[in-house]
Amino acid sequence: MYAFAYHRPGTVRQAQSALHKHEDSKLLAGGQTLIPTMKQRLASPSALIDLGHVAGLAGIEKKGRNIVIGAMTRHADVASSAVVQEHLPALADLAAHIGDPAVRHRGTIGGSLANNDPSADYPAAALALGATIITNKRKIAADDYFQGMFTTALEEGEIITKVSFPMPSKAAYAKFPNPASRYAMVGVFVAKKGSDVRVAVTGASNDGVFRAAPLEAALHTKFNAKSLEGVSVDHTSFISDIHGSADYRGNLVTVMAKRAVLKAQGK
Amino acid sequence: MSATGIGAPVRRKEDFRFITGKGQYTDDINRPGQTYAAFLRSPHAHATIKKIDLSAARASEGVLAILTGDDLAADKVGGLICGWMIHSKDGSPMKAGAHPALAQGKVRYVGDHIAVVVAETLAQARDAVEKIHVDYEVLAPVVALDQATKSGAPVIHDVAPNNQVYDWHLGDKAAADGAFAKAHHVTKIDLVNNRLIPNAMEPRAAIGDYDSGNDAFTLYTTSQNPHVARLVLSAFIGIAPEHKLRVIAPDVGGGFGSKIFIYAEETVCVWAAKKVGRPVKWTGDRTEAFLADAHGRDHVTHAEMALDEKGKILGLRVKTKANLGAYLSTFSSCVPTYLYAPLLSGQYNIPAIYVEVEGIYTNTAPVDAYRGAGRPEATFVIERIVEIAARELGQDPAEFRRKNFVTSFPHQTPVIMAYDTGDYGASLDKALELADYKNFQKRKKESAKNGLLRGIGFSAYIEACGIAPSAAVGSLGAGVGLWESAEVRVNPVGTVEVLTGSHSHGQGHETTFAQLVSDRLGISIDQVAIVHGDTDKVQFGMGTYGSRSGAVGMSAISKALDKVVAKAKKVAAYALEASEGDIEFKDGRFSVAGTDKSLAFGEVALQAYIAHKFSGQELEPGLKEGAFYDPTNFTFPSGVHICELEIDPDTGVTTIERWTAVDDFGNIINPMIVEGQVHGGIAQGVGQALYEGAHYDANGQLVTASYMDYCMPRADDLPSFVIDTTLTPCPSNPLGIKGCGEAGAIAAPPAVINAITDALGHEDIAMPASPQAVWRAAQKSVHKLAAE
Amino acid sequence: MVSVSMTVNGKAVSAKIDPRTLLVQFLRENLLLTGTHVGCDTSQCGACVVHVDGLAVKSCTTLAVACDGSTVTTIEGLAHDGALHPMQEAFREHHGLQCGFCTPGMIMTAVDLVNRKGHTLDEHTIREELEGNICRCTGYHNIVKSVAAGAQAMAGHK
Repeated sequence: MYAFAYHRPGTVRQAQSALHKHEDSKLLAGGQTLIPTMKQRLASPSALIDLGHVAGLAGIEKKGRNIVIGAMTRHADVASSAVVQEHLPALADLAAHIGDPAVRHRGTIGGSLANNDPSADYPAAALALGATIITNKRKIAADDYFQGMFTTALEEGEIITKVSFPMPSKAAYAKFPNPASRYAMVGVFVAKKGSDVRVAVTGASNDGVFRAAPLEAALHTKFNAKSLEGVSVDHTSFISDIHGSADYRGNLVTVMAKRAVLKAQGK
Repeated sequence: MSATGIGAPVRRKEDFRFITGKGQYTDDINRPGQTYAAFLRSPHAHATIKKIDLSAARASEGVLAILTGDDLAADKVGGLICGWMIHSKDGSPMKAGAHPALAQGKVRYVGDHIAVVVAETLAQARDAVEKIHVDYEVLAPVVALDQATKSGAPVIHDVAPNNQVYDWHLGDKAAADGAFAKAHHVTKIDLVNNRLIPNAMEPRAAIGDYDSGNDAFTLYTTSQNPHVARLVLSAFIGIAPEHKLRVIAPDVGGGFGSKIFIYAEETVCVWAAKKVGRPVKWTGDRTEAFLADAHGRDHVTHAEMALDEKGKILGLRVKTKANLGAYLSTFSSCVPTYLYAPLLSGQYNIPAIYVEVEGIYTNTAPVDAYRGAGRPEATFVIERIVEIAARELGQDPAEFRRKNFVTSFPHQTPVIMAYDTGDYGASLDKALELADYKNFQKRKKESAKNGLLRGIGFSAYIEACGIAPSAAVGSLGAGVGLWESAEVRVNPVGTVEVLTGSHSHGQGHETTFAQLVSDRLGISIDQVAIVHGDTDKVQFGMGTYGSRSGAVGMSAISKALDKVVAKAKKVAAYALEASEGDIEFKDGRFSVAGTDKSLAFGEVALQAYIAHKFSGQELEPGLKEGAFYDPTNFTFPSGVHICELEIDPDTGVTTIERWTAVDDFGNIINPMIVEGQVHGGIAQGVGQALYEGAHYDANGQLVTASYMDYCMPRADDLPSFVIDTTLTPCPSNPLGIKGCGEAGAIAAPPAVINAITDALGHEDIAMPASPQAVWRAAQKSVHKLAAE
Repeated sequence: MVSVSMTVNGKAVSAKIDPRTLLVQFLRENLLLTGTHVGCDTSQCGACVVHVDGLAVKSCTTLAVACDGSTVTTIEGLAHDGALHPMQEAFREHHGLQCGFCTPGMIMTAVDLVNRKGHTLDEHTIREELEGNICRCTGYHNIVKSVAAGAQAMAGHK
């Protein structure tokens, strides 16, 4: 790790001003991606602004037809939350399978969404559920938020404070983990709300998380795994590596989408 | 059998320190005034070093020294060696290129060592490494094995203009050709034995310490064989004479072969300690382990089997290209030759065998012994070709094997080995029963109903362990003898210290060796301490690898115990005022035959030390005996493993549903520990078959350089295993032990691949059979599933 | 340099450290608690697992300074008054370790698992929950047995 300065703000405002003050500084949430990256000397922030002691950033509540989750809420807390398990079980299930138990005790939803790793799980949920990313400055619709691998709509000095998930009528996430890293090689989140069906795919594309229009169209006609038979997504911009070439990932998208639909139907 | 004697599943004595966090691994040791080393490693697979600019790095904070290959040369420090001479078919010696611990003029693989920075802290050392500027002339790399020896390929070492280390053969070509000439059927296969990275969980580490008052060095290191390390560092590399160099291998967190070898890092640490005047510590990180630990396997093989009309094997021809990497590691040359070809007869009666092996340099990390070392490669060839032959002839693979098993012993194969004993049919019968083979087809139909492809695969392996008779290995080119030493020191109150040249890095020697002592001397295992891993304590030893610690290491202890008992009888005779011939020793008591006079072992020990009863006699005081044991033959553990698995054709995911292993390890000292060895071996073998594979890209960059890309088997990848044993005691050592450490890793890969190919209905799958690979292969057989 | 204070194995400790000090470095180098190990660089092997405020975390992926004010338990703090923790005892009884290097992390992960999921654990759950702990020696067979037995034994503990 390269040397850095450490700051521990107590409020979001203090965090924001620390970010402004220190050029090339970074926010530290759970650190489960950032710290390994820094250890390998692949990132060299001048300062880390630790959000761990900022009041009011963690917590889960049901607000009307939405589940609102604080940015510093740990994956394990989302997974075990009675509120999430009752009203948005697909999200609890997703959170319960991010990384491993120790990672889930540190990693946070805000950190995951801010980083927008192309193999992260939460972006699929946020996009498929049509979540709203709430920052210290504004509210961003998920459709506008994800802008490609490791790229988001967040501006300089902008800090995610909460994420609001509308409750779907049916939803599920199916992940095919990379055999080595266990990150999503393909993860498909399917959400049905009224007649609207949204399908978001993580892990597969060089452009990061995306909505799979052909799958959405097929499921819109009939929300059934059979509807996806023979339906595929264009895999030309998919990731190809030693674990899976683009066509294999393309196949997995349809297979995982089918499994997600079955899961959403309780099958 | 006593509760702690031979055959008892005694709980391990060493565990207390490990489960309480009190183990002492190399990195847990800190020496006063310790400094930290970090290595600059080559980012290129093949390049000449035009210039190294150290000025910025030297000025970096906390830097104490920066050393390069020039400094090694100036100090006349010798290069790393390969200790086994292989001669080519034409009689010429293998072509061993120079292997300096820090590069001299050229780098030959990504991760090759260029310079070491020694600094006050590790972070400072790493900061300074980044400030070293090297001017490289990047050369075209040799990565692909099949391109390496082609004319015009870049030359890695000038001594080997075509990158060929040796072109070796074994067996009788004319006899093999004759077998093929009369064959009714010939089965042919092309196989790749994938390159693996050993991945002991404790990364390698070293602390070099120099005592200027005595001009003596100490090296703490993660070694499976500290005496061999000292020998090489002294006699060949020239760090210090043996009596001025102490090598300590404390608790070692797994080895699997990778910690046998004498590497650049420990050599540099011990040498640098004198130059810096302070202890120098290096602890590898996982990435360094991936880049620069010796890798394993990496063969490309074509094999052909000649069969008669009934399916009896007539002959075998094998042609293998073995990747040895960029330099010859310590024992690398013997792995694809003498540890490989002599095992190609498997458990079968094969009248004629001819094997050709080309050892080849490439711009990749050195390749050397990894759990099994040569024997898994041989077993993969023979067990794949036997399986395919059975399928081609329409015969049941189990019965095909049985028909060809060696059934009378001793059995001389056409490739050196003389199998001493075994009952291969017994292991097969037991395995078939435990695996419920007769109902396999029912289970396969059930799987098909769920859209899953079920397959079953066999592996009837044999290995040569208990390495090895010194004269035999000497005649085959080994630079050392492979005996083992032991010393049994009885203390005056009857407690015992056993000093052994074997080294435990997970095998549980502190328990099993104590069980032997307990059994022989009739004392509690708590009264026995096993001392190993320190060249100042143990006089000499050859270390632990090749499943040799039981068969060879314990046989040495057994011999020493015989001597202790013999001398103790003499002492007891004096103490009991009887003639030596009347002294009987049983259950820890020396008694005079036909009387009620007796002394406990501890009482005799005391008599030996006070020496009141035999003062001035020929008998010397004290009770301490040593022995060197040189085995008379290899040992031949064997067994049958059966893998049953399901494939999800939609994703290519393979799930092992049942694993059955029946092994014949000869006599067993501690069945609990033996079972643990089998479990771990199977996991590594399954890892090779399904998950693991080192992958270099065309530029020689290691793509699988972390757990993000190198797939380690995890708990949820494996089932619980059903394991059992059969027994034919080994006739060549006093304990009847054959060895168990490598069996699983040897047996497992062909069992898995035979099961996958059985499920798919075709043979076109390579290791590791990753989900992607299986998915592609399954595309060719899903229609078959649908049609069934 | 920054100040950090925490409670480790029941003892209050304070130090001035470089902010880049990882929790595992703080434990091993400052406190000489070398039972916590480092087996990888990418947060996957789990040899470094300790409990921070009662939860298993990877101490190689946690800054020491971020644990200011926390309560940390390492493998050295598991046994009390000379009596082994039931999970430690179970690993010994069921031969859940060979080289011992991954063992502290395995045991700390297992104790956390029982704390979260209770005393009756099936094989599938145990294997899934050990995803973040790599063992190269045992093939996991006896680790799984040890965790199941340790979980049962923990029911009668405390």
